[in-house]
Amino acid sequence: MLDLNSDKSIYIQIAEIIENDIILGNLKEEEQSPSTNEFARVYQINPATARKGLNILVDEGILYKKRGIGMFVSRGARSEIVRKRQASFLKEKLPEILMEANRLEITFDELIQHIKKLGGGR
Amino acid sequence: MLEIKGLNKSFGSNLVLKDINLDIEGNKIYGLLGRNGAGKTTLLNLISSQLIRNSGDIKYQGEEIFENSKAIEDMCLVKPLPESSKDKKVRDIFTMARLMYKNWDESYKEQLISEFNLNTNKRLQKLSAGNKTIVGLIIGLASRAKLTIFDEPTLGLDAAMRYMFYNSLLKDYETNPRTVIISTHLIDELANLFEEVIILNSNMITLKDEVSNLRERSYFLSGNGDIVNEIVKNRKILYREELGSTMIVGIYDNLSENEKREIRSRNIEISTIPLQKLFVFLTEGTLGEVM
Repeated sequence: MLDLNSDKSIYIQIAEIIENDIILGNLKEEEQSPSTNEFARVYQINPATARKGLNILVDEGILYKKRGIGMFVSRGARSEIVRKRQASFLKEKLPEILMEANRLEITFDELIQHIKKLGGGR
Repeated sequence: MLEIKGLNKSFGSNLVLKDINLDIEGNKIYGLLGRNGAGKTTLLNLISSQLIRNSGDIKYQGEEIFENSKAIEDMCLVKPLPESSKDKKVRDIFTMARLMYKNWDESYKEQLISEFNLNTNKRLQKLSAGNKTIVGLIIGLASRAKLTIFDEPTLGLDAAMRYMFYNSLLKDYETNPRTVIISTHLIDELANLFEEVIILNSNMITLKDEVSNLRERSYFLSGNGDIVNEIVKNRKILYREELGSTMIVGIYDNLSENEKREIRSRNIEISTIPLQKLFVFLTEGTLGEVM
């Protein structure tokens, strides 16, 4: 769902919604993505905003256009998104989590213990 | 599609619009925002040739709009229906509208009448305030006018009806793109429908920008007062409030992803300023003038 109060731009949120669907397998490679206008109608946003979101994914090669038909998920899109998300998880999300852990004075050992208990990592 | 240059309008000694310059591009949805008395309705009436300007140019597709039959056919201004229509039956009002607009779509009109559940056999004055508004909205939508202007389209409408209107507008915009200008006070409700907003303040246009740009340029920062103060130094400040040692500051400035990360790492929270709040900050006092 869109979060209108987030500091994240709406079009970036639209791009992430599609990426999430690809990661979860709701949208498979070579399948057609919902259109600009469908996003506009469902989320009640201007079609230009939705288009901007879809175009980011076209620029990144995650979606491709079929003239006159619409946008489709590229082959290899899922692994590309996973690669990108891993980078942002390690560079952005993890430091944030660690910062909060530091604020709460959780020790390194405690942290490792909890990660193990939760079965994190592969 | 529409070019306004050096437009001035006063009523007697009361200056309402001062040196308005504005470019309206084709196939976009614009929001026209302004406080009461800012001149929104006057501007919309001038664009649609319902009023005579004192000076300045208004050109539609490169040609002067006044007494320009092409401009008149292509434009539809939706505003409260005049007193003279109050004894007319709703269906006769639609018949008149059909004759006025070149791109009128009769079957779309019928579809909207049934969607909004409107009784067209009644006289206009017998309708509720909300249904009177709906008559205008249906005319605006079914006109398919290349430039469709809605002046306060939601007067008297309950929330369910307002959302029906937004949905109808977006759905039709999908298949029949056109230029739409909507003036409104319900800013947050409509913010994401707009591609661009125009703010009219103290008789002048003080801002015209894409909604997505505004979102990326207006933030609340909150956290330790000393740190917040240091971050906002040399930035344009819209708002400042203190809560004990916490300070909340609204800024009008770009923040890159790196800057946001750096700010968050100093335990400062960042959120976007909703358009309605931004509008309030920009139109109260003298802040608007520094934009």
